Amino acid sequence: MSARPLRVVGRPVPRVDGLEKVTGRARYVTDLVIPGMAHARVMRSPYAHARVRRVDVTRARALTGVLAALCGADLTWCEPYYGPAYRDRPVLAIDVARYEGEPVAAVAAVDEATADAALDLIEVDYEPLPPVITLEEALAPGAPLVHTGKPQAGIFADLSTLRPEPGTNICHQFHFARGDSAGALASADLVLDDTYRFPPVQHYAMEPHAAVAVWSETDGLTIWASSQNPYSVRVELAKMFDVPLARIRVVVPHLGGGFGSKTYAKLEPLAAALARAAGRPVRLAASVAEAFQTVRRCAARVHVRVGFRRDGALVAVECDADYDVGAYADIGPRVVQKGTYTATGPYRVPHVELAARAVYTNTTPGGAFRGFGVPQLAWALESLVDAAADRLGRDPVELRRQNFLAHGEEFAPGDTPIDGKLEESLSRAAEAIGWTRASAADRGRGVAAMLKASVAPSVSEAIVRLHTDGSVSVLASAVEMGQGTRTVLAQIAAEVLCVLLARVTVVQPDTAVTPYDQTTSSSRSTTMTGRAVQVASEDVREQLLRITAEALGVATRDLTLDEGAVVAPARRLPYAEVLLLRFGMSGGELIGRGVIAPGRTAAPLGGSTPFWEMAVGAAEVSVDEETGAVRVERYVSVADVGRAVNPLLLEGQDEGGVVQGLGHTLLEEMLYADGHLLNGTLLLYRVPRADDAPEALECHFVENADGSGPFGAKGAGEGSLIPVSPAVANALARLTGVRLRDLPLTPERVWRALRARR
Amino acid sequence: MNLTMVVNGSSHELDVAPHSLLLDVLRDSLDLKGAKRSCDTQVCGACTVLVDGQAVSACTYLAVEADGCSVLTVEGLADGEALDPLQRAFLDAGAVQCGFCTSGMLLTARALLRENAAPSREDILHYLRGSLCRCTGYRKIVEAIMTAARTTR
Repeated sequence: MSARPLRVVGRPVPRVDGLEKVTGRARYVTDLVIPGMAHARVMRSPYAHARVRRVDVTRARALTGVLAALCGADLTWCEPYYGPAYRDRPVLAIDVARYEGEPVAAVAAVDEATADAALDLIEVDYEPLPPVITLEEALAPGAPLVHTGKPQAGIFADLSTLRPEPGTNICHQFHFARGDSAGALASADLVLDDTYRFPPVQHYAMEPHAAVAVWSETDGLTIWASSQNPYSVRVELAKMFDVPLARIRVVVPHLGGGFGSKTYAKLEPLAAALARAAGRPVRLAASVAEAFQTVRRCAARVHVRVGFRRDGALVAVECDADYDVGAYADIGPRVVQKGTYTATGPYRVPHVELAARAVYTNTTPGGAFRGFGVPQLAWALESLVDAAADRLGRDPVELRRQNFLAHGEEFAPGDTPIDGKLEESLSRAAEAIGWTRASAADRGRGVAAMLKASVAPSVSEAIVRLHTDGSVSVLASAVEMGQGTRTVLAQIAAEVLCVLLARVTVVQPDTAVTPYDQTTSSSRSTTMTGRAVQVASEDVREQLLRITAEALGVATRDLTLDEGAVVAPARRLPYAEVLLLRFGMSGGELIGRGVIAPGRTAAPLGGSTPFWEMAVGAAEVSVDEETGAVRVERYVSVADVGRAVNPLLLEGQDEGGVVQGLGHTLLEEMLYADGHLLNGTLLLYRVPRADDAPEALECHFVENADGSGPFGAKGAGEGSLIPVSPAVANALARLTGVRLRDLPLTPERVWRALRARR
Repeated sequence: MNLTMVVNGSSHELDVAPHSLLLDVLRDSLDLKGAKRSCDTQVCGACTVLVDGQAVSACTYLAVEADGCSVLTVEGLADGEALDPLQRAFLDAGAVQCGFCTSGMLLTARALLRENAAPSREDILHYLRGSLCRCTGYRKIVEAIMTAARTTR
């Protein structure tokens, strides 16, 4: 078939689930009502670190209306530990509580009020232990240990080489080197050496975590979960309850935001355990305050040395990064190694020595959060590139351009060559912000760039079904969490099969129905799940052509698809007629299968990234010298996406990414004192509001169809967030001469720095 | 306690506890799940509904306070199958992502347009201080409200 112009891919079609959402009819986990459903409540540790001497749930259990009351010691009938990197997290604290807010006991009752009353009847005898809250405390010689036992490995092959340091709080170390960085730094014309800090921040997906679990003799466990990766949750639950995978069904309805907070098992193990104990369906819905006690972004302290030649060439980068992964590892070790792997950013650097440690502390566990370890390091590197430009007397845009990796250039041996044009993103960002034009005297401009690998290896599978009326079902397990994947997958199937978008239905993820997909994260769904849907759709297309060719006695090359029909030289057969030819009756369906499984490679992290996510940000800021308040007046994001399958949704993703990035840049930080989280509610934790967003916010896309995804697409949605902090700080530095190294850039920090400058 | 509310045009007589929250009564007693629970502290606006035309946070509003009042939830915004101009504008502008803030945003915007048929961008930003969205970056929401204001006028 000859190439034809795209019909629906590349168009800004409204999202397929939009109508359901604007009418309030979209159902999220907390909207589900299962007959006989009990309601769960969780008792949480008031201490950051304590020995749990005794938990007595007898009185709670005896309360009328209580169906189950559990503590850690009760969980003898299942495997009580879970976790994707290490199985270090108990469903309910066993012997030790390791952070404030850790679940210690839980009840399920006929209603929430009874469950609350039952919590009051639980007695816990704690012996407070000294906590370690900061990286400094956790890494100090002789520091109290968050974990003392030897943790079991979790579920991932790429984390099979976890390297904890026994007798310390270090739960994983990562090291990556090439060339001779020490020698290169010794002979460099300019060496900058500095330490940057990134705070612990909260995802605040507006829908807090929730799960509804029900057991049945025939079907095993069914759980409706607010999860970004139902298949990872399924593995955890199967191990925990020693049940075959086929008898664990994870169903994901609409998700009220994710941003990484809903990757890997969170509330599901506890909901399932309670449902088992209660013998009833159990609903466990966290509050936002409890979400603050469930997961957060890993904080980091990043020490970086960069070496430049006088001509501006970046010759060496050394990085020592300590990430605070909190009380349980979650996916923190992968955050640390994946983030550190690209600590050199989008630059060609011959001499590299990168080291990182994942460090346990007695705080809310750190896990995946949009950017996955990269924002922490980009904050340091991109700030240093601007500092270097200043010292070298170079334009920061030109210095970056000089050092960018080129399209097709190797990033690391065995990994995917660079698949985008960074210089094009940079030029467009510079032009849109008016880089070469003078800014107003009270405005400063800054730029920053990013490069991020997606998770590899990973697997996505899809099934596409063409029904007798020519409509199409797409079965895939990418989770719709607002990013628009259901719309994008529908567009891909509609494009390949030449049907109207309205004729395609993308089924919500259900591990009993929709096939395997590793995770909805790492910006991978359009590329990986999208490719699986494309291949499955092509499979159906080939079947349509073959059936028609055989029936009409023509060659398949003489056939084309057009608006729901196979077109032969002399005839046009609607798909319904083709299926009639195939089955001899009105029934049956054509089923296509797509499997994207690139497998392990020799790349440093064990798999070659399916695409590189790359983007440039440019900010124009003002500062109130009296208060230190920084305002981002204008912001431009340019992401290299290969092809925008849906420009409207993509623009929405990147606008949201920029504003979320402004959160940790200007406002957000989870603050601890004496082991207690001080601001674990939305009253005290300030996320960006509409009036915090830049008045002018532009998101552009570089589209050279050079991605490995469908129609040349690549992943997007994280890239826009990552340059925000350094772009804003670089703008502030160029405006005021003040360079800050700790996020967020609060008025107090900026004001103090401005005062110190005088 | 007995109370009478007109919800989305239908009258309801309800027996509720004195401390029942409007959000729970709407979601659990009347099965109107469009209003969402998020922050519980009157900050995020996901639970916003209109009581006699005024935007309130149903998560911190006693159901009995709505006795004798007319309540509008997102389920009552469309006229049958005909969408409210705000719903249409949110769809067209791409102002909806995960959808969890959407019903609250729509009702907040409805209250704004009732007070001020031709709001400026600043008016909208000010009004949205009680409505959070973590997905969109707000630009398309503000744009949608301005579009709806223009088409309603």
